[in-house]
Amino acid sequence: MGWFKRIKEGITTKSTDKKEIPEGNWYKCPECKKVLTSQEHADTLWVCPSCSHHERIGSDEYFYILFDDGKYKELFANLTSADPLNFVDTKKYADRIKATMAKTELGDAMRCGVGTMNEREIVVACMDFNFIGGSMGSVVGEKFAKSVDYAIKHRSPFICISKSGGARMMEAGFSLMQMAKTSAKLTQLADAGLPYISILTDPTTGGVTASFAMLGDFNIAEPKSLIGFAGPRVVKETIGKDLPEGFQRAEFVLEHGFLDLIVDRQHIKEKLTSIFKMLLG
Amino acid sequence: MIAYLDFEEPIKELREQLEKTKEVSEKSKVDVSKAIHDIEKKIKDVTVEIYSNLTPWQRVQVSRHPNRPYTLAYINAITEGTFIEMHGDRTVKDDKAMVGGFGMIDGQSVMLIGQQKGINTKMRQYRNFGMANPEGYRKAMRLMKLAEKFGRPIVTFIDTPGAFPGLEAEERGQGEAIARNLFEMMKLRVPVICIVIGEGASGGALGIGIGDKVLMLENSWYSVISPENCSTILWRSWDHKVEAASALKLTSEDMLANKLIDGVIKEPCGGAHANETEMFSTVKKEILKQIEKLSAMEPEKRIDARIKKFSSMGVVAS
Repeated sequence: MGWFKRIKEGITTKSTDKKEIPEGNWYKCPECKKVLTSQEHADTLWVCPSCSHHERIGSDEYFYILFDDGKYKELFANLTSADPLNFVDTKKYADRIKATMAKTELGDAMRCGVGTMNEREIVVACMDFNFIGGSMGSVVGEKFAKSVDYAIKHRSPFICISKSGGARMMEAGFSLMQMAKTSAKLTQLADAGLPYISILTDPTTGGVTASFAMLGDFNIAEPKSLIGFAGPRVVKETIGKDLPEGFQRAEFVLEHGFLDLIVDRQHIKEKLTSIFKMLLG
Repeated sequence: MIAYLDFEEPIKELREQLEKTKEVSEKSKVDVSKAIHDIEKKIKDVTVEIYSNLTPWQRVQVSRHPNRPYTLAYINAITEGTFIEMHGDRTVKDDKAMVGGFGMIDGQSVMLIGQQKGINTKMRQYRNFGMANPEGYRKAMRLMKLAEKFGRPIVTFIDTPGAFPGLEAEERGQGEAIARNLFEMMKLRVPVICIVIGEGASGGALGIGIGDKVLMLENSWYSVISPENCSTILWRSWDHKVEAASALKLTSEDMLANKLIDGVIKEPCGGAHANETEMFSTVKKEILKQIEKLSAMEPEKRIDARIKKFSSMGVVAS
């Protein structure tokens, strides 16, 4: 027999006395299930303090992490997707763009900013996975190209943070040629003798991997990011076998020689600062 | 063996009729020359009619026609037996899906590179269906650098359903191999001509597709994804490949209209496979014409124009 006995049945608190806890105040780590307040999670730069799981974040958060005091000037924010092919699948591409813009409050899958990082001016292009899977269409290519031009003009180092499922199918041939376009611009940046750092985050696949993401003077990844050309599902179908543990994760890609280093998000700013110091003085 | 696509059925029937008539004439010694002449004319008319109204999906089918000539057929024909095939990327192995080497075209030495598909079941496996691994792209780059060293123009033949999406391909950096080629091809100091002769699927095609002149054969296709895979992803079923082929605007005319390529090479009536000799001769003439034009430019100007061309691709709103 228990020491305590419940005398009254059911919940007795009146609904008027109920304490409301607003949505989104808590974060539960999908890996280790640790529960944090959203504030605590933001304080650790959206990295779980117990298992170091790097939550996917967007350009807003990366700009906050890299730029001094989170201050920067956004570049080319007015560029949005046209629909050059009048593409229609189960939905019109034009409608898909409008709906995604409204839902995400983003212009497209890449944002660019200029500001200082530990007092050095840098140009950063950062992809947003929330915008149609971070897919690369004409806007991503054009923003990348203009950012490179800006970096050359102001003699600033250039950083691109990739997070993308690949090319945007609804722009077909145009998106394919963005791979060529971004690579072409990187030859100009290289000729200008300016550093290009590619930061690969979870996930970076397809046409983005097969163009600018793999072309950094330094290729740096966040821990455990999925990085590959073909997606794991496609590779699995091709070989007809289960994939080995850790396949296409950052650690695997580094072991095979395609990354220079893997850096925790909390250390990325200081690491980049020392790299630029060594390259540029 | 001659194969026919579903929409080529009327041509097949007429050809069979022609064969029968010829047989009859041999056996019975009846003069059927007029009948034969009529049927031949009809075959021509029907072929013209069918081939001048191809839908985008039918174009895709023609690009994969089992009798369509592949890269080595073009190379051997236009170099008239002078082709010296070279092998290996000097790092991992020799990729059979990517071929290349020097050859002479009308007395000029040229570097010829391309994806190679197999001509029968055994060879298709040997060539990995024209899907190159990273070492294929690296072999292509090695040969391009060699051409640059000796000041020889480069011609690439594009014909691939995509870069190979296998486990080893990922381990050896398929993405990096293609990216590196895009970057390096932009800066090659010799003229580069790229010709899509069949399928131009995605990054696997683009990996040898950065040129001063990018041309497509009339019935080839070039896009970011195949119609089948596009259908699977966007419609979540294989059944919408015909719609996807239209939506992707992947034909040579559409790609030219969108300024994503520089020109279209006409095919013989009935497609490249209907008259290979004519096709090879057209391609050879086009290559010689382009080499002459491009060789007249200074290397710096050519590189500059190449970079500017690719940098201007895309349509945005603001």
